[in-house]
Amino acid sequence: MDSDSLRYSLDLVSGCGLTLSCEQRAALQTSLLILKRNYKFSRVLFWGKILGLRSDYFIAHGITEDEMRNRKTLYSFNCVDWHLLPPVTEAQLAEVSLLKEHFKGDPSYEYEHTETRGLDEGDEAVVEEITVKMTEETRLAATVFNIDREVSVVPRGAFIKTPSGRVQVNRCFEGLSESEARKLSSYLHFSEPQHLKKKTILETADLNPSIDFLDNLSEDTPKGSWSLQFERGSISVLRSLLWLGLTFFHVPMTPQHGYIYMGDGMKNHYLPFML
Amino acid sequence: MDTSEEVHYNERDLAAKSFKAFLLKSSSKTNLNLYDHLAQLLTKVMDESPEDVVETFEDMSQEVKRAGLQNTQSTLRDTTPISTATVLAEQQRALFSRKAGEDPAHEEYLVKTPLPNVPELAFYLEQAGVGLGEEEMHRVFLALKELVDTQPLQRCRFWGKILGSESNYFVAEGEFQEGGGEEDETAEEEARKSEHRVDDLEAVAEHTVNLLQKSADKSMPVVPMEDKGTGANKYTYFVCREPGMPWVRLPSVTPAQIIAARQICKFFTGRLDAPIASSPPFPGNEANYLRAQIARISASTQVSPLGFYQFAEEEGEEDEETPRYSLEENPDFEGIPVSEMAESLSTWVHHVPHILEQGRCVWVDLAEKPEELVEEEEGDEDREDEPDKPEAEVGPPLLTPVSEDAEINKTPSWTAKMSSTLVSQFAIAVLRSNLWPGAYSFAFKKKFENIYVGWGLKFTGEGYNPPAPPPTQQAYPSGPEIMEDLEVGLKEKQGVKSTLEERRAVEEEESEEAEGEEEEEEED
Repeated sequence: MDSDSLRYSLDLVSGCGLTLSCEQRAALQTSLLILKRNYKFSRVLFWGKILGLRSDYFIAHGITEDEMRNRKTLYSFNCVDWHLLPPVTEAQLAEVSLLKEHFKGDPSYEYEHTETRGLDEGDEAVVEEITVKMTEETRLAATVFNIDREVSVVPRGAFIKTPSGRVQVNRCFEGLSESEARKLSSYLHFSEPQHLKKKTILETADLNPSIDFLDNLSEDTPKGSWSLQFERGSISVLRSLLWLGLTFFHVPMTPQHGYIYMGDGMKNHYLPFML
Repeated sequence: MDTSEEVHYNERDLAAKSFKAFLLKSSSKTNLNLYDHLAQLLTKVMDESPEDVVETFEDMSQEVKRAGLQNTQSTLRDTTPISTATVLAEQQRALFSRKAGEDPAHEEYLVKTPLPNVPELAFYLEQAGVGLGEEEMHRVFLALKELVDTQPLQRCRFWGKILGSESNYFVAEGEFQEGGGEEDETAEEEARKSEHRVDDLEAVAEHTVNLLQKSADKSMPVVPMEDKGTGANKYTYFVCREPGMPWVRLPSVTPAQIIAARQICKFFTGRLDAPIASSPPFPGNEANYLRAQIARISASTQVSPLGFYQFAEEEGEEDEETPRYSLEENPDFEGIPVSEMAESLSTWVHHVPHILEQGRCVWVDLAEKPEELVEEEEGDEDREDEPDKPEAEVGPPLLTPVSEDAEINKTPSWTAKMSSTLVSQFAIAVLRSNLWPGAYSFAFKKKFENIYVGWGLKFTGEGYNPPAPPPTQQAYPSGPEIMEDLEVGLKEKQGVKSTLEERRAVEEEESEEAEGEEEEEEED
């Protein structure tokens, strides 16, 4: 969610129950501007809040030239002092899904999780113990990256890809129409596309390469992992049931949209049981 | 050679140019030419990208032609389609109108109304980082006012919001005045009657089955529902989809529903009549599941500062074993400093009774059989097989501090903190539940409040494992007492056959004799 329109956007997202207090909003407005100048970001987005047992983490994204690549993630406890999060490796991303405890609120806390897996090697069943050791800071970075990769949402047409491959904001985006906003296929994931390359040429004939360079939400499995509602009649709100706490809003016929994550940072692995 | 290619090129070029000139020739009837028309038509196809273009090509061509001739003054006016937003706005407009007969200067407003002060609640909750947005809370406030005006409620509270996959529920908690709340009694009486009916049917069935064989499977007696106004059914809950839409009353909760709700984990859809397809099967639809979850959340997460409530003094002897349930506000409550409330969890206490394993707040002994069924008891053998009288289930008594709650994965199930560290004089203490994500409480001097905004699901720690289906029922074991012994049967049959034959032979002889006598008589 753009730092410029934070006050107004928070009101639209607050249907999920969590908002920021007035003091936090005021602090964010000042500190994000300073952050923008210090790191020379072109845009700063307030990503959301991850609740921890002792204290909560406030996360922000900084964007330089390309909207999708080279995003920097920063965290803070009091919305004033920001710290940079380290980039994550693929192995860490996989390990983080094994941790099922709450975030503690202390970035130097070390998680140790042992999982026993049975491997069949011929006739013997060998039990292998895998120990995962991770600091909370790494877990935070990995969680933010996972959430972005799996459930970040933008409306179709809000971002365009230039022929050079750069992704940028579409200044001619006027918003989805009322009927388009009711369809899940008008929303796209804002991350590297997984399904797009597997599409047949027939399917890609309908797509516009400058707008449709991202995966569609309607291709998510399991179906029903998104809750699309029209709150207060006209605001389209998408909530993810896979990562409980991610809320996306869009006001049809206007270019306003944004998403925010406010929750405990744990994936809902048991979604199929709950649908 | 170049020249011949050039000549070819020139010829082709010339042919193309002349064809283009041909296309550009205006028609004699209208002022159109084919070149422009084709250009417009192909531009239209590019812009719109319709399906099956080749089929509709001719129609599109006609449309393009017609578009050029359209008369801008149309006698028909477009009706603006009514969007859902305007429909909702119409309904919510009723919230803002003052009803006839209400006079702002009327003295009624000086009397204590059951309506809660929602804007104040919204202000404190916003400091805690919880909230639904200013305008939304105000709409909730007006909707609660409407509820209080239509129902005879003694107390009313905004309980919270439960999110669903298709739409959400705004929940209000109400306590009826004495004698009020008669509407749903018929439904409750029916529920109770159906329980009794089941018992009667059981009695009849047992009577008939008694003749055949002993039933080894005793059906579980149904745990009776708690009365309205006590225990888990102390408060009545109303839900609506959006503030402004009519409030729907939720039915009372039965212990069977609570027990089933503990075993399943399902999202709400937003429709009260949606069926719950789960394993084990849930007795009821979404309205019952919602009510059961609300009961569980209230029992686990409604807290108040220590000392706000005290046990009401009752006259007469009190048995030490029976837990006390009546609370009243403590008039001498001074308020606990916010820093203390934010640091220690023992300053917060539960003020809603805990729901036992049985699904009720007050334990009921099912081993005592009512008199009707005693007659159907099958012999003394069964009585010996009965287990010892089950021990009464005891839960933590009312007003236990929150610090005594069970931990999940070695983390406390509550987190307390102050809302602001910069200005601590005016900060409030906030308590957040880790067991039911979305349950928040705040306290500031003498004020406190609880609210729940979430999906209505408990945090399961390691994860949700659906319970295994029950084992298949055993067929009656086959043993010698029920199997037909073929040898014995054969002998018996042969024995019967021989006696029958003897009897028949005797009868024939007698009839022959009788006939013989008659013949003799006739001869005489």
